[in-house]
Amino acid sequence: MEQKTKISVKDLNLFYGENHALKNVSMDMKENAITAFIGPSGCGKSTFLKTLNRMNDLVDNVKITGQVLLDQEDIYGANVDTTTLRKKVGMVFQQPNPFPMSIYDNIAYGPRVHGIKDKHKLDEIVEESLRGAAIFDEVKDRLKKSALSLSGGQQQRICIARALAVHPDVLLMDEPTSALDPISTSKIEDLMEELKKTYTVVIVTHNMQQAVRVSDDTAFFLLGEMIEYGDTKNLFAYPQDKRTEDYITGRFG
Amino acid sequence: MKNSICVKRKRVSDYVMYGLIYTCAASSVLLLVGIILYVLAKGAGQIHFGFLTNVTSVLRGTVGIAGNIVNTLYIIVITMLIATPIGIGAAVYLNEYTKPGRLVSLIEFATETLAGIPSIIFGLFGMMFFAQTLGLGYSLLTGSFTLTLMVLPLITRNTQEALKTVPDSYRTGAIGLGAGKWYTIRTILLPSAMPGMITGVILAIGKIVGESAALLFTAGSAYTLPKGISDILTKTLSSGGTLTIQLYLSAQKGEFEVAFGIAVVLLVIVLLINGATKLLTKKFDVNREKK
Repeated sequence: MEQKTKISVKDLNLFYGENHALKNVSMDMKENAITAFIGPSGCGKSTFLKTLNRMNDLVDNVKITGQVLLDQEDIYGANVDTTTLRKKVGMVFQQPNPFPMSIYDNIAYGPRVHGIKDKHKLDEIVEESLRGAAIFDEVKDRLKKSALSLSGGQQQRICIARALAVHPDVLLMDEPTSALDPISTSKIEDLMEELKKTYTVVIVTHNMQQAVRVSDDTAFFLLGEMIEYGDTKNLFAYPQDKRTEDYITGRFG
Repeated sequence: MKNSICVKRKRVSDYVMYGLIYTCAASSVLLLVGIILYVLAKGAGQIHFGFLTNVTSVLRGTVGIAGNIVNTLYIIVITMLIATPIGIGAAVYLNEYTKPGRLVSLIEFATETLAGIPSIIFGLFGMMFFAQTLGLGYSLLTGSFTLTLMVLPLITRNTQEALKTVPDSYRTGAIGLGAGKWYTIRTILLPSAMPGMITGVILAIGKIVGESAALLFTAGSAYTLPKGISDILTKTLSSGGTLTIQLYLSAQKGEFEVAFGIAVVLLVIVLLINGATKLLTKKFDVNREKK
């Protein structure tokens, strides 16, 4: 079965001032699949992820050329509303970053940003999002407690639930388990399997085993270039490029 | 056995330093306790219901500071109503809307300098500008405007410091959900900075309560109460001395019982303010709820 393309990147270049951080990246990401970006630190994989919902807009001196098409629409087009874009393309960060408010208010934050005020509707969204992030049972009795009182792994799932609460199409995850213990990590990896049924997931990871375990496709980045991209099993079993092979066999990185 | 670890050596200099440092620590506490006890001993007898609820009147033969208490409240309320929004607004601008650079350092330098200017200069300026040029005369309003200039840096600096400690991950998290700048500030940044803002506001109130030099030329020294409900607003345009001003005037006239009475009231207020700061900053600290 051929899957639909959700995000299509064409000749993307990104400059931090003089520094050419992403070089001519072109790739298509499939709908309802997990695409992983791997590569050594500083290779541009996180930067690339952030171009997909324009989080780089916040950084000074960034210049971007090329196109990022989300459902055929260029997200760097002239009339793009970044609020709507970020509603469609949600993000989970490396460090769990729940807001300093109750668990309930954390999840309801996004829906409230987008104008939902009805209490019943919010209750529904909160429960459904917490269930979607596989944390409802752990926190259902203390929704009014501060989210900061939870453990790191729970906080990260709260952040995933918070991202789900605005009903995105795409979920970007920037090394979502690098700050977590193995048990929390495996919970989140299991969760990703569930998430891809509904969402398109793009994950940055520095953990190659994680890419193998969770992703359908993998892209390998090095020094701002996308070296190789393809089916995860294929890429790890039969890397086409010498540099990919060196990296996945642990010769550098 | 010269190098045995079991022979305790006596180090005289250690004992001397220990003694000296202990004395320093003790004296700082004892001085405070001493002053408080002295003031209480001299002034506590003066405090009774009539002293707090009456206005000094030769005709009725009463001595009291009710008018000064009301004036102090007036000045606190008016000053804080003006200074708090401006101070917080300035801090939000400096920390969230501009990028660090020349302009920000210039404004920061200006606020710091403003905070270091002797209060009598504010008084002089207030007298010439608010009282004369704007024609407000000796009045509670003139005094409040003058003090606004004085306490503004306190509120701005404290709010700004508090905003600086709000983790960037809150900002990126909110923006990642599509929240706009002002929405993020209103719902996350300001609540997180609340303890810092409260500290600023309360330090400002403390400064107002203790200020005399800047008020002497601006708010005047009347000690009457508002004449009725209808006078509550018009009162702001008339002269009114705060507790500190009255203390100064009483001491000058040699009425030391009254002066010490006021001193006791002021001490109690300062204690209450310190207590309130601790309580409120703890209560509003959203980031501290980690188990």
